[in-house]
Amino acid sequence: MSIVVNGLAVDPPGDPRVSLLDHLRETLHLTGTKKGCNQGACGACTVLVDGERILSCLALAVQYDGRDITTIEGLAEGDALHPLQAAFIEHDGFQCGYCTPGQICSAIGMAAEAKRGVPSHVSADLGGAVTLTRAEVQERMSGNLCRCGAHNGIIDAILETVA
Amino acid sequence: MTPFRYDRAGDVAEAVRMGNAPGAAYLGGGTNLVDLLRETVARPERLVDVSALSGAISETDDGGLLIGAGVRNTALAAHPVVRERYPVLARAILAGASAQIRNMATVGGNLMQRTRCTYFYDTDGSRCNKREPGSGCDARGGFTRIHAVLGASEACVATHPSDMCVALAALDAVVHVERQGATRTVAFGDFHRLPGERPDLDTVLEPGELITAVELPALSVAARSTYRKVRDRASYAFALISVAAALEMEGEQVADIRVAFGGVAHKPWRATQVEGALRGAALTDEAIGAAAALEFADAQLLRDNAFKPALATRTLIAVLNALKTGETA
Ligand SMILES: Cc1cc2nc3c(=O)[nH]c(=O)nc-3n(C[C@H](O)[C@H](O)[C@H](O)COP(=O)(O)OP(=O)(O)OC[C@H]3O[C@@H](n4cnc5c(N)ncnc54)[C@H](O)[C@@H]3O)c2cc1C
Ligand code: SF4
Ligand code: FES
Ligand code: FES
Repeated sequence: MSIVVNGLAVDPPGDPRVSLLDHLRETLHLTGTKKGCNQGACGACTVLVDGERILSCLALAVQYDGRDITTIEGLAEGDALHPLQAAFIEHDGFQCGYCTPGQICSAIGMAAEAKRGVPSHVSADLGGAVTLTRAEVQERMSGNLCRCGAHNGIIDAILETVA
Repeated sequence: MTPFRYDRAGDVAEAVRMGNAPGAAYLGGGTNLVDLLRETVARPERLVDVSALSGAISETDDGGLLIGAGVRNTALAAHPVVRERYPVLARAILAGASAQIRNMATVGGNLMQRTRCTYFYDTDGSRCNKREPGSGCDARGGFTRIHAVLGASEACVATHPSDMCVALAALDAVVHVERQGATRTVAFGDFHRLPGERPDLDTVLEPGELITAVELPALSVAARSTYRKVRDRASYAFALISVAAALEMEGEQVADIRVAFGGVAHKPWRATQVEGALRGAALTDEAIGAAAALEFADAQLLRDNAFKPALATRTLIAVLNALKTGETA
């Protein structure tokens, strides 16, 4: 089998200890996905697996054999940025940029979850359709930290693009 | 990480056969185990990937729910029957970790996740009876803000970190377990252990045993239920204290009630004394406070966690009042 990364089939690592994050960065040289904490606490390593957001630092690459991975490098169409990428520039959704790839992949996954009606900790009604208010987006994006404190711009960019 | 062999089990029979080998460990979503491997707290020789098994949720003949061990935390919280009949479970899951982690984490792995006691993770610098039996416990006399006040032992004062499990304790869940040639069920209240002399054992699971499912009984009181978590920041933090509760009123009196606390003990703490004191009673703040006082009568306080009984009591009062008036969010 193979792992499909941004549409290209690649071999899984021979050593099962290699994380998906290290496989992307060190073997495939896709360094857009960032390593912040390497222990699940920051969200910088967020990628999409079959459209769902996960943390690649807590994923053994071999576990994702046969799955379809999208990283930040897979979002733009040629020179045309993904609408969220453009919105992050528009709204100053970053300073150093280290958390940005994780933020953007996470937001794409979040939009799909909201569309499917997945509730959140702040949803007053567990049953209804999801409206992505500012409070909802803040809670749903809480797994992505930004040490530069660009959160307000990040939330603005997300609200404008996917809410 | 120490070297290990990785195998993906094709079905439960294959999984328990592989898991029977000495040094084998099951792998769910990896959100706890990969961290423990990296810190060399866990050093299995073989990982048996069970994350693709038992991924279904089905209604049982007697009106309950059978949840496969491989069901992801997000899928469980989003399931329509859970949201409608067991809201406390959906709310507990949604209060835990982050969306990315909930997308990865399995039900089986959530039950088996290990304590967040920082000394347990600190392989280089700390003594820990849970990690190295007999080595000592550096939490005693150390930083104990997240540690236990009930049911701890001289050997270990750690807490169980799961939110989901606090709801399952309140809901009288049953754990389905399988190993080569045998299956059994364990009542949720008996699944996690108190530390006693063996803090290295978190649960009653025997080596090689695989969790295949968690069953919820039909429980009318659960329709009005919720979960409240108190933590050091508004999201993405483990609980200091949490309360899972379900309430059925008859006029001003409590007809039925379920309460469990998180953050207080080595296991999710089913508050049977609170339930016993309040069943049939009028639901006043004084009555709730007195019931909580019974539950925490034997609390053993450590340097940094003396706030827990009072915080748990206030949280319980708030939660039961909210359930009574129907403001459950
Ligand atoms: C940064 C961070 C924050 C978190 N915050 C919270 C929080 O606020 N609240 C909370 O409740 N949790 C929290 N978690 C913990 C998270 O919920 C657990 O890591 C997760 O539920 C574990 O599930 P998993 O499938 O990934 O398990 P794994 O990591 O794959 O496995 C965990 C353990 O379970 C065993 N295991 C797995 N499946 C089975 C099975 N079927 N039968 C027997 N044994 C099995 C494994 O051998 C291993 O010992 C947090 C985690 C992180 C990293
Ligand atoms: S409290 Fe338990 S887990 Fe923490 S250091 Fe002591 S023995 Fe280890
Ligand atoms: S690097 Fe994965 S969560 Fe921080
Ligand atoms: S932009 Fe620097 S960490 Fe977010």
